[in-house]
Formats: sequence, C-alpha cells, structure tokens
Amino acid sequence: MKQYETVIGLEVHVELATKTKIFCSCSTEFGGAPNAHTCPVCTGMPGSLPVLNKKVVEYAIAVGLATNCTITQNCKFDRKNYFYPDNPQNYQISQLYLPICRNGGIEIETEDGGKKTIGIHEIHMEEDAGKLVHDEWGESSLVDFNRSGVPLIEIVSEPDMRSAEEVIAYLDKLRLIVQYLGASDCKLQEGSMRADVNLSVREVGATEFGTRTEMKNLNSFKAIARAIEAERERQIDLIESGEKVIQETRRWDDNKEYSYAMRSKEDAQDYRYFPDPDLVPIIISDEWLDEIRAAQPELRDEKLERYKTEYNIPEYDAEILTGNKHLADIFEATTAICNNPKKVSNWLMVETMRLMKEAAIEPEQLKFSPENLAKLINLTEEKVINSSVAKEVFEKIFADDIDPEKYVEENGLKTVADDGALKSVIEKVIEENPQSVEDYRSGKKKAIGFLVGQTMKAMQGKADPGMINQILQELL
Amino acid sequence: MSLMKLTAVELGKKIKNKEITVVEATKAALDAIEEKEAKVNSFVTVDREGALKRAEEVQKLIDAGEIDSPIAGVPVAIKDNMCTKGMLTTCSSKILGNFVPTFTSEAVLNLEKAGAVILGKTNMDEFAMGSTTETSAYGETKNPWNTEHVPGGSSGGSCAAVAAEECFYALGSDTGGSIRQPSSFCGVTGIKPTYGTVSRYGLIAYGSSLDQIGPVAKDVTDCATILEIISSHDKKDSTSVDRDDTDFTSALVDDVKGMKIGIPRDYFGDGLDSEVKEAVLAAAKELEKKGAIVEEFDLSLVEYAIPAYYVIACAEASSNLSRFDGVKYGYRTEDYEGLHNMYKKSRSEGFGPEVKRRIMLGSFVLSSGYYDAYYLKALRTKALIKKAFDKAFEKYDVILGPAAPTTAPKLGESLSDPLKMYLGDIYTISVNLAGLPGISVPCGIDSKGLPIGLQLIGDCFKEKNIIRAAYAYEQTREFMHSPLA
Repeated sequence: MKQYETVIGLEVHVELATKTKIFCSCSTEFGGAPNAHTCPVCTGMPGSLPVLNKKVVEYAIAVGLATNCTITQNCKFDRKNYFYPDNPQNYQISQLYLPICRNGGIEIETEDGGKKTIGIHEIHMEEDAGKLVHDEWGESSLVDFNRSGVPLIEIVSEPDMRSAEEVIAYLDKLRLIVQYLGASDCKLQEGSMRADVNLSVREVGATEFGTRTEMKNLNSFKAIARAIEAERERQIDLIESGEKVIQETRRWDDNKEYSYAMRSKEDAQDYRYFPDPDLVPIIISDEWLDEIRAAQPELRDEKLERYKTEYNIPEYDAEILTGNKHLADIFEATTAICNNPKKVSNWLMVETMRLMKEAAIEPEQLKFSPENLAKLINLTEEKVINSSVAKEVFEKIFADDIDPEKYVEENGLKTVADDGALKSVIEKVIEENPQSVEDYRSGKKKAIGFLVGQTMKAMQGKADPGMINQILQELL
Repeated sequence: MSLMKLTAVELGKKIKNKEITVVEATKAALDAIEEKEAKVNSFVTVDREGALKRAEEVQKLIDAGEIDSPIAGVPVAIKDNMCTKGMLTTCSSKILGNFVPTFTSEAVLNLEKAGAVILGKTNMDEFAMGSTTETSAYGETKNPWNTEHVPGGSSGGSCAAVAAEECFYALGSDTGGSIRQPSSFCGVTGIKPTYGTVSRYGLIAYGSSLDQIGPVAKDVTDCATILEIISSHDKKDSTSVDRDDTDFTSALVDDVKGMKIGIPRDYFGDGLDSEVKEAVLAAAKELEKKGAIVEEFDLSLVEYAIPAYYVIACAEASSNLSRFDGVKYGYRTEDYEGLHNMYKKSRSEGFGPEVKRRIMLGSFVLSSGYYDAYYLKALRTKALIKKAFDKAFEKYDVILGPAAPTTAPKLGESLSDPLKMYLGDIYTISVNLAGLPGISVPCGIDSKGLPIGLQLIGDCFKEKNIIRAAYAYEQTREFMHSPLA
C-alpha cells in the first residue's frame, strides 16, 4: 500500500472591523433592512467613484506586520472583471499585481509539540459583494447591497500544511492575531472569517505537487477538518483506481459530509485584471509604517509569556485566558483593580466557563464588568461573604452585571461575624445531633462535616465555614 | 443685436446690472433651441419647465445678493454624460435611455452654486466614443457652419449648441480630444484642463485615466471664467488634485512678450490639410508679432499616441461599461432566458456598434496572454510620451499646433472607416495621455467655409500659459458667428 502525503494551502478571507465600507462612507453594520446601508458608490451607480478608507490599509498593514510580511510601500488596487448581479459594477476592486503584504509566515505548534512555520504568500485588500436573495414564490431574485463594499483582506498561505491539525493550528493562530489586533472578530459561523482549502495529495517522498482542488463553504473548524479528511480520501481513491484528480473548485456540504464540483479549471473565467484608474497608488511612507508598528498591541504569544511570569498563574490557565482576546481583557482589567490575579483567573476559569457553557455563549458575549468581579473578589477575600454566597452573587453578576456590594447589603448575605451568636447556634446543633457528636468523639472525624452543614443551614448560609469548624472543634 | 450673440460673461454683466433678467435670457435660449433644433440636433434633453423655474429662483438669489458670480443667471447646456439629479442622463446610448440619476456631478454642482441655469443635456457620441457625434443613439448632431458636415465629437452637441447660439456656454468632456476637436470644427473655444483639475465625480466614465470635464464657449474669457468655477478639489474623486492656482481669469492678459512657443514639426507632416496648416502657422506669426519667441522642434513619439490611446481608453471602457447590464437601471431586453441571456441580449441591443467595437478591443487587450503585449506596452508608451512633453516644456511655455488635421468632414464619411477616424485624433490624444491642459481657439475659415482650430498645449498645471497665449491671439481677430447663429 502506498503512503500519501496531504499538501494544503489556505485562502482566508477576513472581514475587517472598520465602521464604514472600503470605498464609501456607508456603515458596515451587520443586518439592517435590505439596501439600507448603500449609496451610489457601493451600488455601482454611473458616475460614482471609489475613495479608499485609510483604516482598511492600516488594518491590512497591522496584520501583515504581525505575520512577518514585507509591506508593499507602493501598492495599487486592480479591477477583477466578472459579471454577476451581486457585484454592482461587474468588477470587484481587489489587488493582484501589487498586494499590500507579501512573503510572511507564522509559527504553529505541531502535534508532536514541535514548531513549524507556515508561509504567507500574500495578503491583499478587496471589497465584499452584495447578497442575492432568491424569491421562492416568484420567478425573480433580489439583491441586497448592504455587504457590497465591506472591506476584506485575503490571506493566502503557501502550501505548507500537511494535515487537518496543522490547518486548524494555523487558522487558530491567525484568528488570534487578527482578533488581538482588533482588525476583525473572525467569526467563521457569521462569515467574518472564511477559509478556502487548496488540497492535493502526493506519494510520500515525491517532490512534485499533485493536482489540487479548492474547497469552499467551510463554516467551522470542524467542517474544515472533516472536509480535509474527505477530500484527501477522495483524491487517494481516484489515484489508486488509476483516475486523475481534476483541478476544480468544489463545494463542501457539511451535513452530508460530501463535496461536489462547482467549476473546473477549463471553465475558469479570465478576470482581465488591470489597475483601477479611479484609485491612485497607495504610498505607504516609512513614517506611517513606523506609526502603525508602534501602535501594534501585545499579541498572544507575548501575552502568554507575560501572564506566566508577571501574574504567576498556571500555564494552562494562561493559555485559556489568552486564547481569547476578550477574556484576556477582562482578566487584565479585573486584576488591575483587585490585584489578585490568581483569584481572577479562578473565577474566569471555573465559574465563568461553567456559566458560559450553560448559556451557550462566547466570551465576546460576556457582559459583566471587571469592576463588579473585582468587588466580588474583595468581598470574599475580606470574608464579608463566604464562597457559596459568592457563587450565588456571581451568577447575578454574570447575568445582569449587578453591583455585588449593593446586592449583598440589600439581600443580607453578609457572613455573621458575631462569635457569640454563632456559638449559641452551634451549641444548639450539637444538642440536636447527639449521634454525630458521638461519631466524632469516637474517632469518625468526618462527622464534623455534617455538623458544619447543619450550622450553615441554621445560619442561612451567612457564616464562615472556617470559623464554624474552629468553634465546633473547641466545643467538642 | 440678438441677446444670444452675447458671451456668457457679457450676459452675466447685463444680468448683474439688471439690463436683462435671468428669465429673459433663459427664454431667449429656449426659443433659440426650439427654432434651431430641427437643423442642428444638439440636445438630447431640453428641460424648458425646469430651466424657467430655476431662472426665477436664480433671479431671486441674485436680487437678494446671495449669488455673486460672473455667470450668475447665464443659461448653460451640459453634455449628456454628466449626471444631473432628476434629469435624464443617457450618454446618448439606448442602454441608458431611461436613466435618471439620483445625484448631480460635482462640476455641474459647482456651476449651480455659481447660479447657472441648466437648459438641458447635449448630444454626444455614444459614451463619448467617436469623433463626429454620429454614434449617438438619438441622431447625429449637425455642424452649424454647414449642416451637411459633422460637428466633431464626442462633445459635438455642446460645441454645436454654442456655435448655433442655443446656449451661452456648455460643458464638455475630453478623453482624447472630445472638447478641442469639436470646438475646432464648430469655430468655438474649448479647454481641457490638466487631469485632476475638475472633479470626475458624476461624469459617466469612458477612459477614467484620461477623462476631464472642461468648458466650451464663444471666447477665451468665458472659458477661463467657467473653468475657474468648475475646478475644485473633490474628496469624492481620488484623482482630484488640490490646487491653489485655479484663478485662471488672472491670465486673461494681452501680453506674450518673451513667451517661448514651440511648434512640433511632427504635427505638420503628412495628413495635415494645407489650409489648416496655413491658418495655424499664420496664428503662430501673430503671436510672434506680439513678442513671443516661436521656434520649431521635434516632439517625437507622435505616431505611437493613437495606438497607445485606443488600447488604454478601450481597456478602461470595457470595464467601466460592464455595469450597464440591464440588472439595476437602464435598458433591459424584453425576452430572455436566464441571467446570461439577459446580460447578452440587453447589452447587444443596448449598445451601438462603435461602443461594442471598443468594448471588444478593450476586453481583448486585457485578456491573459495579451495584457503584457498590449496593455502594459501602451502604459509604457504613455509614460514615454509624458517624458517627451516634459522635455519639450523644459524649453517652451506653450506648444502650438492644429487641433485636428482637417476641418469638419461630411456626415457619413467617417464611420465607414474607423481607423481613418481614429487618425483624426492625432494632435489631441497625446495631451490626454500626458494629462496636460490644452485649448482650441478659432483661427480661420477654410475655402469650404468651415472653421479651423488652433491648439495650444501647456505643461501640467500651466493652464494660465495657454489661456494667456490664446487670449492674446484672440485679440488679433474678430469672433465669427456661425450661419446658424
């Protein structure tokens, strides 16, 4: 049996987080009534002209710098000509001849714990198209240009990946870089990050690449992994049975776990690219580049290192917390207030994760403020409330971002710190539970737990378990 | 004397001095249009009602002192490739036969701010592709000097309307000579400014890297005045230039002493009509008499301008015109099966033959495998042509030559031989390729009674040099009204 190697390259489209579109001042806001966010420019009206949104260039440069690319300091936009009704001018403004970033790469960790660099061939800027809505009742299709002109960057990798795991590691790394830069929220499900997979197989040891296919419509990391496996198998089966892999674009159906051919290379259109005469060349000065470089935020790898040394939290926690920019932001903001990184990490790693899982939400949807989490941590540290009350209060913070100080006060949840009151309750508990007292005295030390529980119940939870334990031991 | 004989600036003064009202001037123009249109056909759309209403409004603004410009209240005609909000804008094409823009082009807005009254939209070669105004889907425009001849193109409607005195001035657009050549054929004055001086926002593009809007009028004073008004730095047009030297009227000085004028020998070779040659050289003599230093030189590369232009302009046009597909606005074929059939039929039926020829040519030169051989080579040629002009302008303030090799040909003679028609653009095209300003001023009448135009070319941003030379030359002769005026 022959051994095959999978060769994979990715084309990743990322929707940039600018407030306005790439060539006009229409909002990029998601949703809205059809064609609510449109103007003569993004609907391709005769006589309208594009004007470049500078922020798009800055985001593209930021991503390029973070992925070790060379920035093309004299770059241009080109027109990609093709007829389709979602494309109002019947050309897309993109970059072919002088893309803004070239020759970069990012390092990923491989399964065996080693490091590997995945090359980035280029990053270019372009505009998104509108959306066609097919009228199910009528004979017509409608077009919504709200997305027309939303800025995208396309990140084209070298064919450096050899497995689905490497692809996921690369995408994950890329996603974190872009999120950390604030350039995009990179949501695969919502389409703000889209990956097309170019895949070929070849016999292990071969130096030539096999014929590749391009897979589209991959909406999650899981779908990508499944599509890669399926396409690898499909191509090997073809080769084994003496057939040829055809260079074509295929569409993945994740429900059926099957792909079908959309168009072959023979049908490929000639896009007749040429420089867009409506846009002047973009001259990126050294000064501008320096400014963007200086404004680059701390990226994930640096942050991870810092968490381990500066906050002294476990590596696992640091990885989880820095694995999401939003979570890391909450961690840092809360720690800055209460100066207790370990506790903050605990609350985020345990209770927050649990509640997020229950509510099936992403870290980006968290709505509590670092101030309130910090207050809660201080309340527990100062033993104003005990840990079970704290969990209860946190649920309120998680849900409604309440002020824990106020809430504890208003609901009388403070731990009763009066020794005398507590002592008399404990005495009563001892009196009412002779069997447990007997068990304890005869050496069953665990029996004290029941007595602590009973005391807590009598105190309606408002007591410090440590203190109960201490008094019980004294009395017994 | 008829009111219509006045220049725009003369009329502006009379309106300001309350000798004439805006409504009177507008009515006079509308009446002239009504009287002459059957003979000239310079308009696609005449907005009688709108113009009269606007005239009243402008009069009020003038009376209230809210507008103070030299052309306040003066009626104007706009070439039909400039968007006018609420007014049909067809590019003289069937495919835009029902197109009413939602916004007004920046150049026209600038005129409106200065109190212009828009009479209507002028005829042109379809999408500005042509040199005769015969490719219009709305019938050919005729030359007011002899209605058996073409007015030139593509701004033939604008130039004929000025020459026939149906309006006081007009806006045209110039991609390869489309203001200067018809100005020459119609015996009027027209300027194509430096690329980037007038905003292209709202101008329906033909060759985006070459297109410029400019004025057409009876004399240099009008042209300088109007150009000063329509020039602006427009943030909506990325190719618009921020200039602080657009006070063009300051160059209306009758003084060319010491001005260095170069005459390219390359412009006076084969193909140039002897009467045109004589008139143009006589004009040079007049300037010399006034103290200009005139000498001949070799510009070089002139023969490469036409192929380079047709490659670049058609390449851009093939992409610019792809938005006309029957989907969103404009003409859509009646019967079709599916999307691609609709595209094909709408475009086949909506575009005329010259437009189709240029779309095909442009698509071809951009195709993979031909891009380097044609399009890139044309861009390199364009750069070399610019260099040749740069070198010339190291020595000269102004380059002088004919605007066209002949006077206006007869109707129907040109379209049968498009290559010959393309050659007629030889003196104007390189000016667009190099982005330079150029002006055409009348310099004589040939034995057939048709006007001859003198072209003066300046270095980038040096409109004032050509305005000064043109103005000084203009002082040596009387303005000649066309027989239809």
